[in-house]
Amino acid sequence: MTAQQPISTSSEWTFELVEEYDREISALAKEFGLDTYPNQIEIISSEQMMDAYSSVGMPIGYSHWSYGKQFLNTERSYRRGHMGLAYEIVINSSPCIAYLMEENTMTMQALVIAHACYGHNSFFKGNYLFRAWTDAESIIDYLVFAKNYVAKCEERYGIDAVEQLIDSCHALMNYGVDRYQRPYPISNAEEEFRQKEREEYLQRQINDLWRTIPKSEGGEIEEEAIQFPPEPQENLLYFFEKNAPLLEPWQREILRIVRKIAQYFYPQRQTQVMNEGWATFWHYTLLNTLFERGKLSEGFMLEFLKSHTSVVYQPPYNSQYFSGINPYTLGFSMFCDIKRICQEPTAEDREWFPDIAGSDWIKTLDFAMRNFKDESFILQYLSPKVMRDLKLFSIVDDNLEDDIIVGAIHNKEGYQAIRESLAGQYNLGNREPNIQVTKVNIRGDRSITLEHARHNRVPLGESTQEVLKHIHRIWGFDVHLHSTDNGILCESFQCPAPVDD
Amino acid sequence: MSYIIDRRLNAKNKSTVNRQRFLRRYRQHIKKAVSEAVTRRSITDMQTGEQISIPTKDISEPVFHHGQGGYQERVLPGNDQFSQGDHIPRPEGGGEGNGSGEGNASNQGEGMDDFVFQITQEEFLDFMFEDLELPNLVKRQLAGAEEFKTRRAGVSNQGSPGQINIVRSLRSANARRIALTGSKRKKLKVLEEELEKLEAADPVVKDNKRIESLLQEIAALKGRIQKVPWLDDFDIKYNLQVKYPVPSSKAVMFCVMDVSGSMSQATKDMAKRFFILLYLFLQKNYERTEVVFIRHHTSAKEVEEEEFFYSRETGGTIVSSALYLMKEILEDRYPTSEWNIYGAQASDGDNWNDDSTTCSKLLTQEILPKLQYYSYIEITPRQHQALWEEYESVADEFPDQFAMQQIVDPSDIYPVFRELFQKKSA
Repeated sequence: MTAQQPISTSSEWTFELVEEYDREISALAKEFGLDTYPNQIEIISSEQMMDAYSSVGMPIGYSHWSYGKQFLNTERSYRRGHMGLAYEIVINSSPCIAYLMEENTMTMQALVIAHACYGHNSFFKGNYLFRAWTDAESIIDYLVFAKNYVAKCEERYGIDAVEQLIDSCHALMNYGVDRYQRPYPISNAEEEFRQKEREEYLQRQINDLWRTIPKSEGGEIEEEAIQFPPEPQENLLYFFEKNAPLLEPWQREILRIVRKIAQYFYPQRQTQVMNEGWATFWHYTLLNTLFERGKLSEGFMLEFLKSHTSVVYQPPYNSQYFSGINPYTLGFSMFCDIKRICQEPTAEDREWFPDIAGSDWIKTLDFAMRNFKDESFILQYLSPKVMRDLKLFSIVDDNLEDDIIVGAIHNKEGYQAIRESLAGQYNLGNREPNIQVTKVNIRGDRSITLEHARHNRVPLGESTQEVLKHIHRIWGFDVHLHSTDNGILCESFQCPAPVDD
Repeated sequence: MSYIIDRRLNAKNKSTVNRQRFLRRYRQHIKKAVSEAVTRRSITDMQTGEQISIPTKDISEPVFHHGQGGYQERVLPGNDQFSQGDHIPRPEGGGEGNGSGEGNASNQGEGMDDFVFQITQEEFLDFMFEDLELPNLVKRQLAGAEEFKTRRAGVSNQGSPGQINIVRSLRSANARRIALTGSKRKKLKVLEEELEKLEAADPVVKDNKRIESLLQEIAALKGRIQKVPWLDDFDIKYNLQVKYPVPSSKAVMFCVMDVSGSMSQATKDMAKRFFILLYLFLQKNYERTEVVFIRHHTSAKEVEEEEFFYSRETGGTIVSSALYLMKEILEDRYPTSEWNIYGAQASDGDNWNDDSTTCSKLLTQEILPKLQYYSYIEITPRQHQALWEEYESVADEFPDQFAMQQIVDPSDIYPVFRELFQKKSA
């Protein structure tokens, strides 16, 4: 090995050093075949980091009290020292924006560069969900448009009116995504946008749905037959945007904005484990390789390892710090294990992963990163070794039983069950109640009926009535929600609440 | 290729708008918390913000989510004791659905912790003043910066043209010229000496060619020396003025309050706001402000703040007892030569009938001549009694120093101060 001088030995960072680390890490990332968007590294202060934090990672956002709440919360826990600020926020855009906090040491800056600028960035560029659903080129433009549009509406219609509408939209944000069809690319050209708006406006003019002119003859029979929507609709915000009878055009536009932003975040919510695991795996691999080549000092490595280990720490289920499975730990362990399976497969690995045992690890990892989301990734790659290392076990809580039952543990009989159960846990479809619009009474009282299909007999939570109020605000007429289990009606909600008569 | 951008100098208060939106939305909660804090805090303790807490359920943003019950499966890490098929009793008390043992209850349970956050002193005062209907100017006077005077503090390289220090500027220009032309002048001197020698020489041996070239060189050098600017930007020195706050001096504020049985806690709270306002006003205007609390029923007593506002007494009312005590304390501890003296009295107007004349006599003869200002508020919706009438005659006699006002709700407090502030700005 050539005697290399470490890039730096002091913990102070300078712009030159940041550049140099970035150059080294970038060169190495290329060696490993990481394909990234260009990077834009921004140095910010801790206050700015708090700002970035409270706008849920959007570099620009419209004004809303809920972000203020988030900010106050962040500020408070930061001031109290409860929380080190996350040392990285990275934005899925092209160029990919990563924030470095000025208070951090050189080591932390290098760690963030490796983690965000090469880990997350390559994930954003490579993963199929991001490729299919988000448009990294134009998101910033769109956010700027959204912010200005909301501000304009506030000026025109009053802060309260806009705030209430956004409250209602936020309540339905998770129901504002298309799960199966790719949305149109978010348009950045205002012109195109205006044109579309006009189009929509015209379309509404001719929308026959709310025709109030009575039909002359034979209407009765025909009315009975009309079923609207013809098929149940799961994208509630989209449905309201297009069909809510009383909304003004600007209100529809705001629904659309919230919906678009929800759609933008949808892939992130489905790939948390993979995304964090991937980024963590790469910062670990990149920095360790640099160290092996003599470019990093030992002091650097100690500091790096300390922070790395705390990131991937998984408190056990009975610890007071336990708050679910740490996505960093799970993702990191899985990617490391895939690499191990490729390089040093055991007999067990050959049995479980005949395809990848002994293959080229870089290609295998790249394939895994590109073609999966959390649910399918776990189902495909969670190995017995990882389950043993994390001592995973599953519990079954069935309200028909008196006790909670341990369903499976990390042994031969349990591996498959745990894998499936954990994968199910990351299936957004299971995590969120399945609620769809099934019927609108278009010729009568204009009431809307939603249906909740229970999964595993799990009922709706206690805030349901509150959410219905929001739907009522958007829809403008009575809202019914039926919760059904295999087609049998179990519980009904209504807004406004029924009056006794 | 990566771009590295330094954004540290960009605005850092991107969230300010959102924060204000939040405060706006929860105005009612905050106002309530502020008014509780005003009751709780000492009137001299208005320099900090306040911690506001709002029940989490009031600020939650509802979404559709799964409730408890049905069949739920979870995978947990760190198995240390379980094997397949083990039964775990459901944890007691509510945590029906997410029974994963102890660890989970705290963060998935009902979590009734309040949402707690901090508001600044300015916001605190804003909320407090809101009821009082103070004009903005006055609010600023109370909460805002102190008054400043400027004072010379040496010279500086930056400043406004009005502050140019001519002597220092020219001196530094001169120094610069000397420094910049030093070597050239030395050369010039040598050349001039040589020229002199040559010119002094016998005309026969005169080296005209040399003289010519010397003259040229000298002209060139002189030209270069000329080119050094006579005054440059960085020569200019400015008189540096620093601002320093000027609280005038010392003030003492007498809070006099009736604590007889007829004063309810609500009345006292209103009085407290009045005292706070006066205190804040004094504090902005004086370097040191002391507060003396005198409470009275049939006899008066100097007390601590806590006792002043919150201990209950019964019995009748003799206002003059408090004024006597005030006079004694004044003579004892606060000579008028050193102190600006303010008095504030709050009462519900009850007094022994024949005592009211004593009061007005005391005020007009003993107390008011020494005072900057005395304000009397009567917190009652009822008819005025003898004390009010006596005080009205006092007000006629001392229109500049004496103000009185009947107060039914907090927004009436301000008019008492109006005169005070007007006088101040005149």
